[in-house]
This record gives sequence, structure tokens and C-alpha cells, in this order.
Amino acid sequence: MLRFIAGKFVFMVISMFILITATFMLMNAIPGSPLQSEKATSEAVQKNLEAYYGLDKPLYVQYGTYLKNLAHGDMGISMKKKFQSVDKMIGQSFGPSLRLGIAAVITSVVVGCILGILAAMYHRRFIDNLAMIIAVIGLAIPSIVLAPVMQYFLATKLGWFEVAGLNGPMDYVLPTIALAAGPIAFIARLLRSTMIEILNADFIKTAKSKGLAGYVIVVKHALRNSLLPVVTYLGVLTAGIITGSVVVEKIFAIPGIGKHFVTSVIDRDYPLIMGITIFYAVILMVCRFLSDIAYVLVDPRMRAGGKVGK
Amino acid sequence: MSDANSNTIGKERSDELTPDMFQKLKRDEVRVDEVGRASLTAWQDIRMRLTSNKLAMLGFWIIVFMIVCCIVVPFIWPYDHFTNDLANTNQAPNAKHWFGTDDLGRDIFERVWKGAQISLFVGVIAALIDLLIGVIYGGIMGYFGGKVDEVMNRFAEILYAIPYLLVVILLLVVMEPSLTTIIVAMSITGWINMAWIVRGQIMQLKNQEYALASKSLGAGAMRIIFRHLVPNAMGPILVTLTLTIPGAIFTEAFLSFLGLGVQSPAASWGTMIDDGVGAIFNYPWRLFFPAIFLSITIFAFNVFGDGLRDAFDPKLKK
Repeated sequence: MLRFIAGKFVFMVISMFILITATFMLMNAIPGSPLQSEKATSEAVQKNLEAYYGLDKPLYVQYGTYLKNLAHGDMGISMKKKFQSVDKMIGQSFGPSLRLGIAAVITSVVVGCILGILAAMYHRRFIDNLAMIIAVIGLAIPSIVLAPVMQYFLATKLGWFEVAGLNGPMDYVLPTIALAAGPIAFIARLLRSTMIEILNADFIKTAKSKGLAGYVIVVKHALRNSLLPVVTYLGVLTAGIITGSVVVEKIFAIPGIGKHFVTSVIDRDYPLIMGITIFYAVILMVCRFLSDIAYVLVDPRMRAGGKVGK
Repeated sequence: MSDANSNTIGKERSDELTPDMFQKLKRDEVRVDEVGRASLTAWQDIRMRLTSNKLAMLGFWIIVFMIVCCIVVPFIWPYDHFTNDLANTNQAPNAKHWFGTDDLGRDIFERVWKGAQISLFVGVIAALIDLLIGVIYGGIMGYFGGKVDEVMNRFAEILYAIPYLLVVILLLVVMEPSLTTIIVAMSITGWINMAWIVRGQIMQLKNQEYALASKSLGAGAMRIIFRHLVPNAMGPILVTLTLTIPGAIFTEAFLSFLGLGVQSPAASWGTMIDDGVGAIFNYPWRLFFPAIFLSITIFAFNVFGDGLRDAFDPKLKK
């Protein structure tokens, strides 16, 4: 168990290191100096600026400095927004993104599980078909379509919600739905297929023959045993929510990290791109790591095997 | 499947048995050795299961329709996708412009089909690259096992842990945004899933008699893997291939939506949706048509892929 977790941890650190290195090298492979746009600076000033930012040193020294600063949480200074440090910008915009992300994760898991359970309990009946139609639609409509369409009908036409921004609790509804639709569909399908299999297992028949009530069987016996795939999915879910948040924050004009990311990529603000990339990567890898641990905790049988065919 | 059903053994009949349900046969009419159902090859069986799945067939015909139209429509439609017509900007759908026009007077019907070309091209090419790398890598991993498998699998795992989207976006920042860049960027980590599927299959198959027979006849590893094992793992490979396509189509639309992918005047559904979002209050059709096309295409590939999986593996069938 400990060995498994330690192994996973080592790989997480290695992957993170590779990503940081690759990001650093890619950003340095782009021709041109970050200070080129400074107008009317003499040769001497240019030299001084380069020395100030450490750009006159060889690449490996810069790399070393970057790693050292990164370990202290210092990600450098944004090139487009003067004198703002990248870590401050990330810190300030993290709040809205985090709240939205948590709302979306909770919604996906709760709604997805309810749909999946209902579909499995009423297998091949109306509720099952309805839940699966919702699931297929949820999978087919990507966030870049769902978000503007909801914004048009529910906010503009019907006026139920604010069109953009994230000020009151009601403002969370549309972005959360836009983020959660895909994961809801995925979780519902995943849980349904596992649960149908488990509902036919012998121990469920035993529980039934003992005369337990239907919901006790489903919640206490079947659900617990069907949650395993959902737990593994949580790591992927975080990735999906982060990806989605980039789009959703752009559409609903939410001042979060996703919006900074898009602007930084379009502005070619390299320190900011690097900072957010590394920040996202750390969150994703930690979530994946936690979901791996949760997987082992839930099912000790999984300790030995790798992920085959996954 | 109706004619096959009529004589399937084990079909449940709940009613009581009555004498008139039975018929006495003369001795020479009894044919003990007759098989109740015409014997089918594996592929016929799969095709029959697939064609009897209505949702999957719907997906299939939508895909066929999309492919045919995106080739034919740009030839016969009187407008092209890049010429500006500033006298006719932002027209609502009408007899001349079925889907209306955009802010530069370009015909949306034509642009949507041009977008279909890009989407389908990206989806198919990305899936084929994944297939090529994944089958070779996964085949070698699965067949040799042991240390080779250990090292190759670790490498794949590390690569897999690096978030897909970040890699794609980073590469797009460094390289010029173009279709090639998108496809290259998607392929860097896209093949891993396929490799793991193939690895799992090969590991199961490699100890089967026909593989051992081939080995004992002196066949080399590559011959056994690619002539004998991979063809027998075709089912899961095809299913993964089909289900990779909607993901790739979505990624292209997503990147173009963010302004990192295909650039105007080329028509991509993602770029069109991005334009449409800005114009949604006054000219909603500029959003709706590309949005509907994107959703329907992803839907079609997903249900077809699901149907294919059910057809290949009836055990998994709901």
C-alpha cells in the first residue's frame, strides 16, 4: 500500500518536473527577447534590464534560478501587466475559479450518481431511457455550445439569470451547469453499467431474500460497490472542469484563472502562460494522485495491478 | 434480427403449454443434426448486431451524410466561404442564404460545410495517427512483457500524467496556429490510450494456440504481433478509434474557439461559434448553425462508437 502510494508520488513528481522543464524550454525557444518591445532604450539600459531580469546569464543558470524561485512560489513578473507578479495574479483570480470548480464537481457527482442509480434501478424502463437520453445529449453538447445557448435563452430571452459576471449565488447556476453537463452524463453512464451488473450479483439476492427494503439494498449494498469507477473518474473530472472553465469563464466574463490563461496565450505573455500552466498541472496531478489513493483505499484488490486498458 | 429471433432457442414463453402447440413428426422428418440457426461468421454476426441497433445506425448514417455533403456541397453551392459581400451582411436565413450570412456577408451554409471538412479531417487524421503509434507501441509492450513492458509503460504513464490540454496549448503558443500544429499537438499524448488498449488485448492473446503455433514455426515477433495478434484485437481497436474521433473534433473546435486554432477566413466550427457568441443578441443564427452541426457530429460518433462496442462485445450489452 505505502509502496504503491510512494511509487505514484514519485511519478507525479517526475511528470511535474518534465512538464516544468518542457514549458521552460518551449518558452525560451521562441525567438525574440521579452524586453524587445521596450521603446527608446539605449544599449546600456537594455543591458541593465537584461541583467536585472537575469536574461544575460546562460540558459541553464536561468533555468536553475527559475526552479529555485518556483520552489519559493515566485513565478516571475507578467510582461503585459507591468509590475504585477504572476503568483499574485494567480492568487487573486483563483477564488472565483475554485468556487466554480467545486460547485461543478459536487453537481456532477451528485446529479450524475442520482441519474445513474435511477437508471440502474429502473433498468429498461422509462426512467432508464430518459436518463440515458439525457446522458447522450450531455455528452454530445460541448461546453462551447451549451454555455452560449443557455446564456441566450435563460439569461437574455427569459431574464432568469444575469448574462455575465459572478456576483451573487444565482450567477453560479449557468456556469456550473455548463461545466457539469458532460461529467454528469459520463458519471451517469458509468454508474449505471456498473450498478446493473452488481444488482444481479449474489449478495444482492441475499440481501433481497433477507427482506431488506429496496432503497437500503441500493444505497448500502449496491452503491458502495459501484462507486469504484466513479472514484477513478474524479482525477479525469478535474481535468475536464479545468478545461471547461477556460471556455466558460470566457463566455460568462468571470474573472478567474481560465480567463487569464486565454488572454495570456493570445497576448503571448510568457511568464504568465508558464505560471498558469504549471499551476494547472500541479492541481491536476495532485487530484489524479489523490484519486489514485482513494482508489486503493476503496478497493484493496487494486493495489498490485497497474491500469491496464484504461 | 426479427427472422433470427423467431427460432432462437431459449426465448421465453410464459403461457401454459397446451397440446395444440405440439405437432407430431414422422420419423423421417426428424433431422437431429440440423442447426436451428444459420451459422454466421464473426463479422456477419457483428454486422447484424450493429445494424439492429437503431441509435448506432442513426449515428452511422449521420456520419455518412456529413462526409458526402462536406465533399459535395462546396462544389455545387453558388457561394464560397471566404468572399466578403458587404452589401449582404448579417442576413437572416432566407431562400438565397439558407443559413443566413455573417458580419462580412459570407454564406453560413457554405462555411458550415467547409467547417465539417476541417472537423472530419482533423478527427480522422488524429485518430489514425493515434492508431498507428498506439498499435505499434502497445503491441510491443504487450507481446514482450517483462522489463520492456515495465519501461515502456512507465514512459507512457509519465507522459499521460502531463495534462493533455496544456501540452496542446503550449505547442500552439510556440508553433504557428494551423491544422498541422493542432494534429501534431493532439497526437503527442493522444496515442497512449490506444496503446494501453492494444497492450491489454495482446497480453490476453499472445498465449493462444495460434500464436504459439506461429512461433514454433519460426515466425518472428513482429510477424506474430502484426499478422496474427493485432488483427484478432481489431474489435477494441476499432471501437477506440471511433471514440477518439469526437474527442479530436471537440478539441479542434475548442482551440479554434479560443482563437488558437484555425484562423479566419478558413471556416472552423469553433471559430464560427466564437464569432456567433459575440453576435448572439442580434444575429443568433450565426451561433446556432455551427453549434448544432458540432453537437450532432459529436453525438453521431459517440452513439456509433457505443453501438460498435456493443456489437463487438455482446457481454457488455445493456
